[in-house]
Parts: sequence; structure tokens; C-alpha cells
Amino acid sequence: MNDAVNDAVKAGPLLTMTGMTKQYPGCLANDRVSLTVERNQIHALLGENGAGKSTLVKTIYGVVKPDAGEIIWEGQKVSIQNPGHAQRLGIGMVFQHFSLFEALTVTENIALGLGSAEERVGLRDRIIRISNEYGLPLDPDRVVHDLSVGERQRIEIVRCLLQNPKLLIMDEPTSVLTPSEVQKLFVTLRRLAAEGCSILYISHKLEEVRALCSAATIMRLGKNVGQCVPAEKTVKELAEIMINMTLHAPTPRPLTASVKPPRLVLDRLTIRSPHHFGTDLKDISLSLAGGEILGVAGIAGNGQSELMDALSGEVAAGKPESILIDGVAAGHMGPHERRRIHGCFVPEERNGHGAVTTMTLAENAFLSGFVRQALVRFGVINTRKTSAFAENIIKRFDVRTTGPKAEARSLSGGNLQKFLVGREVLQDPAVLVINQPTWGVDAGAALAIHEAIMALAEAGAAVMIISQDLDEIFVLADRIAVIAGGRISAPVLKRDATVESIGRLMGGTTATAAAPGEMALA
Amino acid sequence: MLKIEARGYESKFWRYASPILALLLTGATSGLIFVAMGRPAGLTVYTFLIAPLLQQDGFQALVVKAAPLIMMGVGLSLAYRANVWNIGTDGQFTLGAICGGGVALAFPDAPAWALFPTMLVVGTLGGMASGGLVAWLRIRFNANEILTSLMFAYITQYLLVYLVTGPWRDPEGFGFPQTALFSDNALAPRLIEDSNVHIGVVLAPLIAIGLWFMLEKTLLGYQFRVLGQATRAARFAGFSENRLVWIAMLISGGLAGMAGLLEATGTLGQLTTTLSPGYGFTAIIVAFLGRLNPLGVIPAGLLLALTYLGGDAAQINLGLPNAVTGIFQGILLFYLLGCDILLLNRFRWVSTQAKAVR
Repeated sequence: MNDAVNDAVKAGPLLTMTGMTKQYPGCLANDRVSLTVERNQIHALLGENGAGKSTLVKTIYGVVKPDAGEIIWEGQKVSIQNPGHAQRLGIGMVFQHFSLFEALTVTENIALGLGSAEERVGLRDRIIRISNEYGLPLDPDRVVHDLSVGERQRIEIVRCLLQNPKLLIMDEPTSVLTPSEVQKLFVTLRRLAAEGCSILYISHKLEEVRALCSAATIMRLGKNVGQCVPAEKTVKELAEIMINMTLHAPTPRPLTASVKPPRLVLDRLTIRSPHHFGTDLKDISLSLAGGEILGVAGIAGNGQSELMDALSGEVAAGKPESILIDGVAAGHMGPHERRRIHGCFVPEERNGHGAVTTMTLAENAFLSGFVRQALVRFGVINTRKTSAFAENIIKRFDVRTTGPKAEARSLSGGNLQKFLVGREVLQDPAVLVINQPTWGVDAGAALAIHEAIMALAEAGAAVMIISQDLDEIFVLADRIAVIAGGRISAPVLKRDATVESIGRLMGGTTATAAAPGEMALA
Repeated sequence: MLKIEARGYESKFWRYASPILALLLTGATSGLIFVAMGRPAGLTVYTFLIAPLLQQDGFQALVVKAAPLIMMGVGLSLAYRANVWNIGTDGQFTLGAICGGGVALAFPDAPAWALFPTMLVVGTLGGMASGGLVAWLRIRFNANEILTSLMFAYITQYLLVYLVTGPWRDPEGFGFPQTALFSDNALAPRLIEDSNVHIGVVLAPLIAIGLWFMLEKTLLGYQFRVLGQATRAARFAGFSENRLVWIAMLISGGLAGMAGLLEATGTLGQLTTTLSPGYGFTAIIVAFLGRLNPLGVIPAGLLLALTYLGGDAAQINLGLPNAVTGIFQGILLFYLLGCDILLLNRFRWVSTQAKAVR
């Protein structure tokens, strides 16, 4: 190749894809999709869940073989055989679902992804250097099993950066980061782009996309539906192209004065984590009235899952009186008994925790509904009533599925989440606790879930939302508290809170934990 | 180029077709082995699978062999659905026979209405005790039940050898390793006079139907299924894993103990060192061949019982070693597990040339 051609190639786009088509059994995931990523560009790929973004990027990364289509990488036509091939070309990817071995340490996990022994020399030091450089704190010697979702994602990001890629694909990277971490990541990404590594950025957070990305390709139902410069559009406009309907943003709730009696009270809740590197809950005191929504913000891995387990009854609290539901000491109760006294819960992980993916929707409706819906008589399951309950959830929450007999795994993330939130909301709870209500959920489903939560509070339930998405918390919550290092800060009214003040608390530096015994704003 | 491709869902067709395909492949492979041993393949497969049924009382022999396999297979399918890997049913089977047989030897003159029912209960309890020990070790010490249950199977086998060659040996048995014959009152009631068709032949399918109902239609069965598919979801729902492990081990152990007692009192009439020709291990194949569905276990048990009879027939008529039964069963399990790839995947022929043209 002579120099003139070489220059021409360098001037051209880094990656051009045309006519990409992929047929899955029963679903045309990509239908003649085109994508062009320029050099030094941060390019957004937008679309609802199920729009075909994941299939397209998996094609680039060599995980999925396209049925048709042409890929031009640095001016050369290529057929990407497998992820190893993609990496040799200079393509790195951070997946939304992590591929980590839970029993191994951070360093061991990263070492496993490397090709040769030479690459492993000094690996631990390089991990520390890169994680410090890019603001992704990571202890290389910790076992993945004990790490939070946020920390696991950092491993994946560092793993890619170690390879010095020319194109970095990031699938929903910020959903587990604090605002300041997001800002740091953006600094990292902008620097990477300036240094010659283009970035293909998949996100639902349109505000982020507008701030970060210089170009966007929008997909819907497996097809291209638009290209734009995100900064030139409003969030609303972007969302409307994405889901092809006019959006009505939820009106922020009027603040309710909490004069009603508390429905959920936590009194010096203290639990040692059973895991080595888990977070201990320390002296958590809160009071939540009916009709109120409390948002608990925080960075992943600061005790959110421990708090969720303690509230749902999967882990017993130290003292029975440390958790009161409608005045009943529930600390030693199991999940059944808490449901009996009107407590309902939606855990963070849908697959295998909130739902059994290989079971039908009817069976999943039964999972947490059989107590309050009285779906069992003399130990025998009332199939008809169970099916009717599932049908009701599907109808009321507009779950897109073939019916109660569909397996949970056949639903998209957003639809399954709607089903799981619906399952709890329709049980008429006095107290509803939701961990990450809309993680990995498309805009349409997120809106539906937010509306359901607000309607439930309107009807008199006490709702606690544990979320790493500050936008979500500011939309929904009446009061906001922050969990950091297993402690919870005194809740503040939303009108007194700013993203900056909450963000500082999330960092844990100036955390003023609620003093033991002090009931915050009863 | 042959490509394996994920379906993205579980194929209903292959759920039932996969065991049939496995059977066909097993027939073909064992046919090849017989040819390699210098026997005509067709004749051997005929001897193995068809001839035993044509003999006089062939069908009676079949259901008697199948009864213990079905009982144990049903218990195992329940345990396996809950991810409780009891593979020591052979030991639980043996301990059931030892415990119940001990009662028969201690009270030979007890009346019929009391003796056999007592033995049935004691035998079942013996199997439950053996299974319960495994459950306790898993819960208390987090000891893997695959290892502990297998080890108990060997311990129990040696306990049996010790008893029938030592303290329980029949003084008038010319030194053979066997106990005295049980008294008539201690024998399992017969359904057909002057035959081996004992009460277990009816009990086994009834138990299968009962446990199918339990697994598919009751809250307890639902708990087993959730635990087997998603431990965290079981915890979220409030199901106690420990309790379910206990119940799974007690049921599968108890059914094995009952099967052992029925085998000792129904066909042998005494305890010998060769009480179980590996029934407990064959029951694992039965459970998988029956798709871990108690109803599917019934035909699966009959088929595996046939391989035992066929092994005998092949030994007598064709002079093949008795090991062919084990080989046949092993090949079957291999193909059963292998064919399950078709549940979630499909094979597709991809032409490499066509791809290049694109």
C-alpha cells in the first residue's frame, strides 16, 4: 500500500457498516442497518430495548455473525470472526452484562482475557495505574463475588483500556456511576477520543448523550430511524424519535406534608454483611409516612443490596423492632410474613432474583403473589386464579407478551420489569421498596413504572426507591437520603437538595449520618 | 460446515423427541459394539429388547424389575429438580433392606398383619435416615451431597457384606453369604399367586402419580422447582433452602429405602450381598430418561428394567458377558445428556461457499 492510499484511508471513517441484517428465530433483529463511526468521534447508538442495538454491536465485536451486510474497518472490508479477531483489529467492548468469574480476583479475571504470558507481566501494576488514571478505583486483589455491580463494571472498563483499543464500545456504561464518576468517565472518554480512540456509546440517558456524543444513530425495531447531532436536539425530541410517540413527561409531584403516621420505620438497623467484602449496615434510622416517596441515592456497592435484603426479609435484622411495618416489629420475619403485613419488594436483579427466567409469567406472578393473592388452598396451587392475576398484571401494565404462559426470559428487560413492578403494585402494599426501578429499561417502560410508583404513593402507600439514577430520584422522591458506606444520611426535602449536594454525600466525604435514634422528619 | 446455533427458547418438540433420539442412537451404537464382538447386530438388539418380553411370564418379570427403579427414579427426579444431587440411592436402597430385614430376622414369628407393615415403615425410615444424614452434612458443613451420598453408598454396601457374612449369617446356609430366609409373614404381599408380582408393582406407579401432582400442582412442589432454577428467587419468595434440601433428601432416601425393603421381601426373601445389581445408579438414568418428570419415570423405569432382563438373556443365549447391561445403560445416559443440546440449540448446515459470495 503506497503512502497516498494510506493517507486516504486514514482520512476516511474508522468503521462503516452497511446493510447489516441478522435474523434470529422469530425476530429480525437487524434489518439493513447502516452505521458510520468517524475517527476521534464519540458516537451514540440510541434505541429502546429490543431495537437491535446489542445485536449490531455484537456483530462489530465478532460475537454475532451477520446474515448479510458489509463491514469496512479502516478502509478494508473485513469479516470479523470472533472477539479475539475484533480485539486484534483494535475493537474493545464493555458489555452491559459482565462476563466475570465470581470466584476469581480482579487481576485473575483480567488475566484470563489476555492472550499470552508476556501480556500478564506487571498486570497488577498496570491495572492500578489505569484505574487511578481514569478515576475507576479498583482493588486488584479482591474477589469478584464480593463486588457490587458498579465495581464489576469498572473491571470491564479497565480490561478494555488495557488493550489500547481504536474503537471502544460501551453498552450502558454509566448506569451504576455517581454524577461525579460519570463526569470523570466523560473526561476519560473525551480524552480517549482526542487520543484517537473512537467510542461507540450506547445509552438510554439522553441527557448524557447530548453532553458527550458528537453524533448519534437512532434505531427502532431493528432499523435505522434517524441520524443527528445530539446537542442540536432536545431530550424530548430524541426520545420521541426513539420510541415513535409523543411523550408527556411526568409532572413532578407536589410535596406532601408528612403528617400521616409512619408506615415504615427503621430504628438503628444494624446488620453485619455475611460476605467478606460486603457492606455492613450501620445504625440506619428512617421513618416513612404513607403517601410519601423516599429516594435513597448512592453509588453501587455502598450497602444498597444489603439494605434491600434486610427490608425484604431475605436477611433477618438484628432486632425485631429495628424494622416496623405499620407498627409491627418485622425484623425477624421472613419474606412471607412481611408480605402478609402488606410489605412488597422489587429487587434490583430481574433474572433469577425477582423472576425465574425459565418459568412462565403465571408462575412468576405466583412467586411473590401467592400470599397476598391467596393463590394456594390446602397446599395446592389455584392455577386459574394465578393465571388471572398474571393476566391482570399484563393488562394493567401493558406488558408486551403473548400471555401468562410466556416464559419470563422471552420478555425484553423493560417489559419484564413492568411485570415485576406490576406484580407488587397490584398487591396493594402498605410499604413498597424498589431497588433500581428502571435499570436497563427503555424510556417508555421507565415512564410507565414511574407513573405506577407515583399512583401507588398517591393511594397512601409508603414507597422507598433505592436508585443510582439521580434523575430518577429527583423526578419521583419527596425526600432524598444518601447511602454511603452502609450508613444513611438524614433525608432532606427535595426542594432543599441539589444534584451537587447529593453528589457530595454519595462520595461519602461529608456524609452526615443520621444520629442513632434520631427520627428524621417524622 | 455444521453450525450449532442457539434457538433462544426451549424446543417443545425436542423435549420429548430428545430421549427417543437418544434411544435410537444407543441402539445403533450398541449394535456396532456387538458387530465388533462378532455377533449379528440385529439378533443382539432383538435378544436384548424383544426376546425377554416373549418369554413366559416375561411381562411379570419386567414389572417386578421396574418397580424399584420407578420408586427410586421418582424420588430422584424430585431431588434433581431442586438441584439436590443425591446419587447415593443405592446405599439408601440397601439400608432400607437392612433395617426392614433386621426386623424380619428379629421377629420371625410376629403375625402377618403387624410384621410386614412394620418392616415397610422401618425400611423406609432407614432410607430416610441415610438420606437425612446427607442433608444434614450439606446444611451443617456445606459438604457436597454428590460426594457424601456416593460415599455412604459404599459404606452401606460394606455394612451389608459385614452383616450377612458375620452376625446375621444363616447358620444353616452352608457358609453362603446370606441370611436365613424370611418367614412367610415377613414377605411382601403378592398380587398374583405363585409369582413375584408383589405389592410394590402397584405402589410404584401410584407414588409416581402422587409425586407428579405434588411437584406440578402444590406449593411445596413449586418451591422445589424454583429452588432448582433460581436459588436467589427462592430466597426472595421466602422459601427455606435448608428445609427443601431436607425434604428432598428424606423423600428420595425414603423411597429408595422402601424400594430396597420391597426387593428384599418381594423377590429375594432374604438378604444377600448381591441385593442390588446397581439399581440405585440405574435409577439415575431412569430419572433423566423420564425428563425428571415423575410420570415420565414410569416408562423409563420399564425400559431400564428391560435392559436388565435383556442382559440376562444375552448372557444365556449369546454368551455375552453380563457387563453389556452396564455398557448399554452407560451409552444410554451418555446420549440422553448429549441429545439435550437440541433443547436449546439447533444444528444448521452452513455452506462456506455461499457465505463467500455474500
